[in-house]
Amino acid sequence: MTTAPTQSPAPAKRTFTAAASEYVNDRTGIAVAIKGLGRKAFPDHWSFLLGEVALFSFIIVLLSGTFLTFFFQASMAEVHYDGSYVPLKGVEMSVAMASTLDISFDIRGGLFVRQMHHWAALLFVAAIGLHMLRVFFTGAFRKPREINWVFGFILFILAMAEGFTGYSLPDDLLSGNGLRIIDGMIKGFPIIGTWTSFLFFGGEFPGTAIVGRLYTLHILLLPALVVALIAVHVGYVFIHKHTQFAGPGREPTNSVGPPILPIYAAKAGGFMFLIWGVVSVIAALFTINPIWNYGPYDPSPVSAGTQPDWYIGFADGALRLIPPGWEFVWLDRTWSFNILVPVIAIGIFILLVVLYPFIEAWIKGDKREHHIADRPRNAPTRTAIGAAGVTFYAGLWAAAASDLIATHFSLTMEGVIHALQATVILGPIIAYFITKRVCLALQKKDREIVLHGYESGRIVKLPGGEFIEVHQPLDEYERWRLVSYNSYEPLMLRPNARGKITMGQRVRAGLSRWFFEDRIAPVTRGELEAAHSTQHH
Amino acid sequence: MNRSKRRTGRRHPLATVALLALGLVFTGGAYAALNSTTAAQAEAEPTSQETIDEGKKLFQANCATCHGLEAQGTGNGPSLIGVGAASVDFQVGTGRMPMQMQGPQAQQKPPQFTDEQVKQLAYYVASLGPGPDIPADHLVNGGGDAANGAELFRINCAMCHNVAGAGGALTEGKFAPPLTDVSGVHIYEAMVTGPQNMPVFNDLNITPEDKRDIITYLQYIQDNRSPGGFELGSLGPVAEGLFIWIFGLGAIVAITVWITAKSN
Amino acid sequence: MAQDDHSGTELAAADSSHAAQEFAGSTGTAVIPQDAFTNPGFEPHRPRVTDEDPKRQKRAQRTVYTLFYLSVLGSVWAIAAYMLFPIESNDVGAVRLNNMFVGLGIALALLGIGFGAVHWGKSLMTSAEAIDIRHPIGSSQATQQGAVEVLREADEESGFSRRTVIRNSLIAALLAVPLPAVVLFRGLAPQDQLPVELLSHTMWAQGTRLALDPSGVPIKASDVTIGSAFHVIPEGLNDLEHGRLEEKAKAAVLLMRLDPSELNEQPDRASWSYDGIVAYSKICTHVGCPVALYEQHTHHLLCPCHQSQFDVANHCEVIFGPAKRPLPQLPIAVDDEGYLIAQSDFTEPVGPSFWERN
Repeated sequence: MTTAPTQSPAPAKRTFTAAASEYVNDRTGIAVAIKGLGRKAFPDHWSFLLGEVALFSFIIVLLSGTFLTFFFQASMAEVHYDGSYVPLKGVEMSVAMASTLDISFDIRGGLFVRQMHHWAALLFVAAIGLHMLRVFFTGAFRKPREINWVFGFILFILAMAEGFTGYSLPDDLLSGNGLRIIDGMIKGFPIIGTWTSFLFFGGEFPGTAIVGRLYTLHILLLPALVVALIAVHVGYVFIHKHTQFAGPGREPTNSVGPPILPIYAAKAGGFMFLIWGVVSVIAALFTINPIWNYGPYDPSPVSAGTQPDWYIGFADGALRLIPPGWEFVWLDRTWSFNILVPVIAIGIFILLVVLYPFIEAWIKGDKREHHIADRPRNAPTRTAIGAAGVTFYAGLWAAAASDLIATHFSLTMEGVIHALQATVILGPIIAYFITKRVCLALQKKDREIVLHGYESGRIVKLPGGEFIEVHQPLDEYERWRLVSYNSYEPLMLRPNARGKITMGQRVRAGLSRWFFEDRIAPVTRGELEAAHSTQHH
Repeated sequence: MNRSKRRTGRRHPLATVALLALGLVFTGGAYAALNSTTAAQAEAEPTSQETIDEGKKLFQANCATCHGLEAQGTGNGPSLIGVGAASVDFQVGTGRMPMQMQGPQAQQKPPQFTDEQVKQLAYYVASLGPGPDIPADHLVNGGGDAANGAELFRINCAMCHNVAGAGGALTEGKFAPPLTDVSGVHIYEAMVTGPQNMPVFNDLNITPEDKRDIITYLQYIQDNRSPGGFELGSLGPVAEGLFIWIFGLGAIVAITVWITAKSN
Repeated sequence: MAQDDHSGTELAAADSSHAAQEFAGSTGTAVIPQDAFTNPGFEPHRPRVTDEDPKRQKRAQRTVYTLFYLSVLGSVWAIAAYMLFPIESNDVGAVRLNNMFVGLGIALALLGIGFGAVHWGKSLMTSAEAIDIRHPIGSSQATQQGAVEVLREADEESGFSRRTVIRNSLIAALLAVPLPAVVLFRGLAPQDQLPVELLSHTMWAQGTRLALDPSGVPIKASDVTIGSAFHVIPEGLNDLEHGRLEEKAKAAVLLMRLDPSELNEQPDRASWSYDGIVAYSKICTHVGCPVALYEQHTHHLLCPCHQSQFDVANHCEVIFGPAKRPLPQLPIAVDDEGYLIAQSDFTEPVGPSFWERN
């Protein structure tokens, strides 16, 4: 620690470090931050690092992206390519495409940085997704973290927007067809669609404006928002302090873990380099987005297997799953339900995701702060809802690869689409019931273990000739991990002060019944004693 | 020229390996050349009656069940009169014919006949009626303009076969096969004959020179591996997404578990 | 047991420590049994092998600095590789080597630091855990009241709630002021064009010859043999000074020849084809991808983006997938020299549906 309070007895022996620290502190007051934050505890669990994966891959994206801006030219002016790649020589293409090819083929290390940028972007969004799943399934969105859940969610949307705008910049055939799809979707919107597309593309599709506009969004507006929101999001992690799993000594009123300085700094700092290293290995060895294969955008050709990057896949899949004929002319206007239904369905899904913390809080009526992360099994209904959501998303996601699934598993694409249509509708229901039963079963097993101990595998013969398996009792620390949770019971409908039962209360009671009808309570002391006494007789 | 100067000035660490590889290639090439000259001598003469007679025998023994004794076609197989030598050379040479079983489309498998037998069959069928011939060597040896070929490939072929020739799905279980490792002759023949559900690209649509360019492009991407590293099957964003989730995020999750594991 | 909302004082078991009172809030429908287990407190600290065995400690130390030096090596190698593997023009293989070796050097440099730092933290740094006390996130009652007081005074002094006329006029002004900015965005697209107008017309006109994409060579009817598929643009497209891609995005056509006996044509469109040769817009009526996957025996056209399928033999009606409308047909004929020409423009807008399409 370089900024330790300087209590040097002999001023003559003052080191340079001490002098420098004092100089900085006198002008910034930084010592407060170091004293206040340096020894903060950061609870340790592998899943708590997923948010950091997102943060650190975003840093790669930011750094590599800055390098790329020095070479990329966001212009749609037509040039004849004369760089190094033989099969494109002399081909007419936009300056954007040509400069991306030059980054790839004529600047040393340019391809490496480009591939790092793209791989890290894919990782960024994937890590956010996994981080959100962790927060959801451990209930880490409960009070006081509901608003930070919303910030995180907005970051997820912004990350996807960053990804899509970046994917479109090289103006290659793949991304051009992606923009073509966006154009077609926008046009399908009632009332505003035609004009929105017209304004967005600066005239007719494809026009000569879109790459420049997306570039401004991609390197200016969106990153500024992402950086600002990350600051807020991480700031709230400091204010709230991180959640922790139940364990001996871990209370709702404390936060236990390695201190930020030095262990956490070493681990998280090292982790940052490890993520960068993993992305470097991937970028050094694996091709991503080979625009030289796709060629420049031209509205006439298209490639088999035209897909968006993975995080837009669910939306593309939703478009594919609509059966024929969902478009009508009514009141002399065209209603494109083949576009509106996927958009609305995804919109509702997204809205449910972002509102879920508030809905659950309302149903439970629990106003306490929650700093102990739930084990997913101890919130069976929430976990089951999560599994249903994941299944729904995965169904849409898989649909975006319907053609590749068909060719690689020797199926018909029609069969794949029909199977996925069924998956998206029935899959979540099945996933819900299976997950809920599994959670309840696991909770029952936990109760068994607390009451009767682990099966030791040791068989002994009792004096009476009876064989029994010896059960190994739990120690109090292990037991605490299994019993320290709250179960909730369904809400009883009661008339309010004015003697009325409101509609809202009815809905809340209904939802509460759905959530908490099947509940397994944690073992209490009394139950354990009772179990022991029966065992000994 | 500064290019040659640079070459002498720099000794690549892999130079020895490259030299070795080059030597091996040359030796192998010499063998291959020797073999191909002997093969060329034994190759069936298109015009000779003998070849056609041999072909007819092979045809009647192996193909007539479905295509009829005189290749006039039956309920199980189309007439082959006028399909030309190119069609037979493609279908039989790639092992698609004789067909193993009825299915959405004939599957590629190891060829059932020797090259010579394939040629005999081809010229027998060609003798029944005029049709596209097996292309001349200079059209399929990859000496064309790769850039022109790439552009034509994107417009005429990529929607089914994928821009990198990785193949793609068609309706009802049919598919456009990958074009990697398909010989130039077979690609040429496929274009002129339109096997299975592939449309025909006659010489007025894509000229023989254009076809040569397309083959040149395909050979270019086969000979030059992707500069970015492994291609992941050239399947595009789906493969990339799966890769980052399974291997990228998988590796990172393994690291998180290691980082937070209690050290003993 | 079946109470709905408990009062805060019942909060006991899980929050047994003294600070729990600060966190008191309604427990809602949570069930808190009176005889719940209590937290047993921290487990005794378990020392690591590196804490006890000096040899192991030495070894860990060696591993850490070796990793850091490996990182230095990686950095040096990356710089060396940058020079050893230059990119030679026209040589894709050189790019591959440059990418791989520079990249692996950088990867080694980063992984060395990462593994070294984490290993240091795990094996050598003191392993005791820190304990932070949490405080309720919300401000104390007194602070809250103070804030309310400040706002009340500010309101008092400004008269914001009192002088409603002023307040409302300010709200009106603030609501109006972004509107000019919104209007400015009209300039995103050309002022003198209307999208519906543009979307309703393409470059095809009476007598325009059908030409090959991309060369622009006109096509004769006799060129199009049965089973063929030609990718077509209007003749003259390549000569356009401006808007070539915009025109191509609407005018791209797929030309196919079927056996006339297999073609099932609507009576009013019988004259739109020529001896089994039909021309259809290549732009999907779903969201606009090029529908170009033609199967010559089934006569199906497939869109690779969302798998809509059209039956060319049946005036391109949709047989599968999310598209609704058939692909628009281009009426064609043959001119005196035998070239294929358009009889007119498309008779309906091509491409994806839009609101004002009818």
